[in-house]
Amino acid sequence: MNFWIIQGLNGLAFGSLLFILASGFSLIFGLMRIVNLSHGAYFMLGAYVGLSAIEAGANFWVAILLGGIAICVLGTLIERFVLRRLNGQPLAQVLVTLGIAFIIADACVWIWTGDPRPVPMPAELTGAFRVAQLAFPIYRLFVIGVAFALAAALWFLLERSRLGAMIRAGVDDLAMARAMGIRTSLLFSAVFCLGSALAGAGGVLAGPILSVYPGLDTDMLPLALVVVILGGVGSLLGAFVGSLIIGFIYSYGQALFPDLAYVILFLPMVLVLTLRPTGLFGRQAI
Amino acid sequence: MRTPTFNWVLWLLGLAALLALPWLVTSEYYINIASQIVIAAILALSLNLLIGFGGMISLGHAAYLGVSAYLAIYMTAHAGFGQLSGALIAIGSTTALAMLFGYLSLRASGLGFLMITLALGQILWGIAYRWASLTGGDNGLGGMKRPHPFGLDLTHPAIFYYFVLFFLGLALWCIARFIQSGLGQSLQGTRDQPRRMRALGYNVWLIQWLSFVFAGFWGAVAGLLYAYYHQFVSPQALHLTTSAETLLMVIAGGTGTLFGPVVGAALVVILKNVVSAYITRWLILLGAIFVAIVLFMPEGLLPGLAAWIHRLKECLHGDKKTTGVSAITKDRV
Amino acid sequence: MTTPALEVSGLSRFFGGLPAVRDISMRVPAGERRLLLGPNGAGKTTFFNLIAGDFPPSQGEIRIFGENVTRKSSNQRTHLGMARTYQIITLFPKNTLLHNVVISLVGLRKLRFNPWSDLRQQAALWDEAQATLALVGLDHLAERTVMETSYGERRRLEIAMALAQKPKLLLLDEPLAGLSADERKDVQHLLQSIPRDVTIVMIEHDMDVALAFADVITVMQHGQVVVEGGRADVVADPKTREVYLGH
Repeated sequence: MNFWIIQGLNGLAFGSLLFILASGFSLIFGLMRIVNLSHGAYFMLGAYVGLSAIEAGANFWVAILLGGIAICVLGTLIERFVLRRLNGQPLAQVLVTLGIAFIIADACVWIWTGDPRPVPMPAELTGAFRVAQLAFPIYRLFVIGVAFALAAALWFLLERSRLGAMIRAGVDDLAMARAMGIRTSLLFSAVFCLGSALAGAGGVLAGPILSVYPGLDTDMLPLALVVVILGGVGSLLGAFVGSLIIGFIYSYGQALFPDLAYVILFLPMVLVLTLRPTGLFGRQAI
Repeated sequence: MRTPTFNWVLWLLGLAALLALPWLVTSEYYINIASQIVIAAILALSLNLLIGFGGMISLGHAAYLGVSAYLAIYMTAHAGFGQLSGALIAIGSTTALAMLFGYLSLRASGLGFLMITLALGQILWGIAYRWASLTGGDNGLGGMKRPHPFGLDLTHPAIFYYFVLFFLGLALWCIARFIQSGLGQSLQGTRDQPRRMRALGYNVWLIQWLSFVFAGFWGAVAGLLYAYYHQFVSPQALHLTTSAETLLMVIAGGTGTLFGPVVGAALVVILKNVVSAYITRWLILLGAIFVAIVLFMPEGLLPGLAAWIHRLKECLHGDKKTTGVSAITKDRV
Repeated sequence: MTTPALEVSGLSRFFGGLPAVRDISMRVPAGERRLLLGPNGAGKTTFFNLIAGDFPPSQGEIRIFGENVTRKSSNQRTHLGMARTYQIITLFPKNTLLHNVVISLVGLRKLRFNPWSDLRQQAALWDEAQATLALVGLDHLAERTVMETSYGERRRLEIAMALAQKPKLLLLDEPLAGLSADERKDVQHLLQSIPRDVTIVMIEHDMDVALAFADVITVMQHGQVVVEGGRADVVADPKTREVYLGH
């Protein structure tokens, strides 16, 4: 019983990290029809930036902020000067983001070497929270809390704000949104900036749990893709539920059948693509 | 102007050069690179079936190379199967995998197809990496011995080169026939006008799926030869970078042409070997080439260069006649 | 009573919450020339797409030659003897006219799944394509690519591709749209030369041509059938005038 609870918590924590990554990826894909294959690299680069900030003496919270800002700036530049030039050529955009992902990944090895680097946990969140005989690491609880708060904030942004109304209109029908006078180029920049910032900050947040290592990008990116395939395109709820499902599967899989953890990842994809190609909460097939 | 006879001469010269290569370059190192190019070319040809002729951009084509190589080595070196049965199992099972992956990937089209192929490919990579008891994990799987088909000593570099060259010829022949066949022509129709093809009585899904499986089969052949060549396989064979390199070969050579991927494979393999000799940053270069091609030569490296030369000539001759050179195929990059 | 070529009952299709086609029932006997009339946005092309199987209806049933095809894909319907042309021309622009017709012919043959035999060597196929082009008066342009032809020629090629399949039920979506007076006459003659046993359902705005051609006319508005009947009846019906004068 204890095993299930502890692994459930781990799954929830991993799913939370995944959600921070996948929500941005899904929004960008849903609105801009850009499959941003750099998203995993953003996550990893954010973690490295945060790590360097901490090693330079910054505290953890500043590091998260710096990681988010750095990647936000990078993402905005790429969106403005590369992706926008390729507007209306979705496949060209994918290939560019793939190329950029490779460049970032290799540059990270260059700068931070190939060794895995743990990111130190903030002192105030170390230790465990004890209930009966169970010990819950406080940091993981914190990460779960952040993800739920983010989900709520994003929900509020999308469903209750003017910007959100414009984003939703754009996801549903871009041409129509444009016809209604929404400045889509501004909207694109805003969403890409937001998604990049989430990836960067999420990387730092993940650091104490996953640590940073070359290959973190290609470990996380396919999981984000699976989350979107599972949850449905451009659906925040889909990204949330999909992330938690993958988080649980991954966590229980690792613990129960360490060899087969990846094999089990096929299952939700096979099921969803066979039974419901639009994803659990998507309105259109991907 | 190229006359047909001129083309024939060109072909014969090219063929002669390929056959004479082991005498022209006596160094084993270069013969081995030629073998690498030939194997990569087979994989690129099979990916070009999807990209160039089917309009299906797959980012998981390393799956067939890797799975076939793993199976061949596992079956012959670790499970006690003979060379022939091991080879048949590797190719058969990998083709069966292509049937499953094709079914899943073709639930979507365009970007969705790309995402699913990438995700499936990376899951396979994860399996190879994590299921260490079966795959050897990061250390990979070795112990493969090259077979001796019909008494041929494949450990000899030149003989091995001819061996893989034979399969490249076979692949080119089959794929050339396929392109002109009813199924191949149907595939090209579904690439250009899927809805129209449906209305004309074509089962678009089935045509794409059959072509996907056909491509998977040739990917499996490339994987088997890869296993023979390296006598070793690691998760790298399944990695996204391998898929991306293969994609680059197809784009560089020009999508939708028969020989483009072969030229592209030569370019990429040579570049990779040359670069690796001087610096360790191949991945940065790979990424930069991707960005550069998409931004500056969306029609592919070879056609792009040809177009530039053409434009240059026009400038020199002061020829004002505009030709359809800059016909950038927006969605086929 | 013989089986009708096309029978539609209670057919509706909603986009979002908006009905594009609402509760249409229609019966087209074999060999009839049926004309669909109506202002833009009346739902005619949506109705066509439903019959052709581009998307499923929200409600209702479609039968072709008695067979229920409501849940069948468009390629399956084509194999039952249905063919269609498009309002917006969709051809294979880089291929020759002959090649386009061959693609159309292969769609109904097992050859479409053959990965080995060279399509260029199927002499019978190319002869048949050539003959079909002659039918629409394009045989002298057979070796041109679609890109090198005029709009009117492309319209005729559209029809040739449909006729090549020897359909029993032919759906024509504005075959005369955008043609000059001379070209219209050519296409008109072409349509009149189609054998009488072929059932034709046609959308057309050119009243004179369309009325001369049709046996029965269905007037649509707001996704519904307003008037249906013979030429004289429909023209005389005050509701027809209402639809067109209100337009």
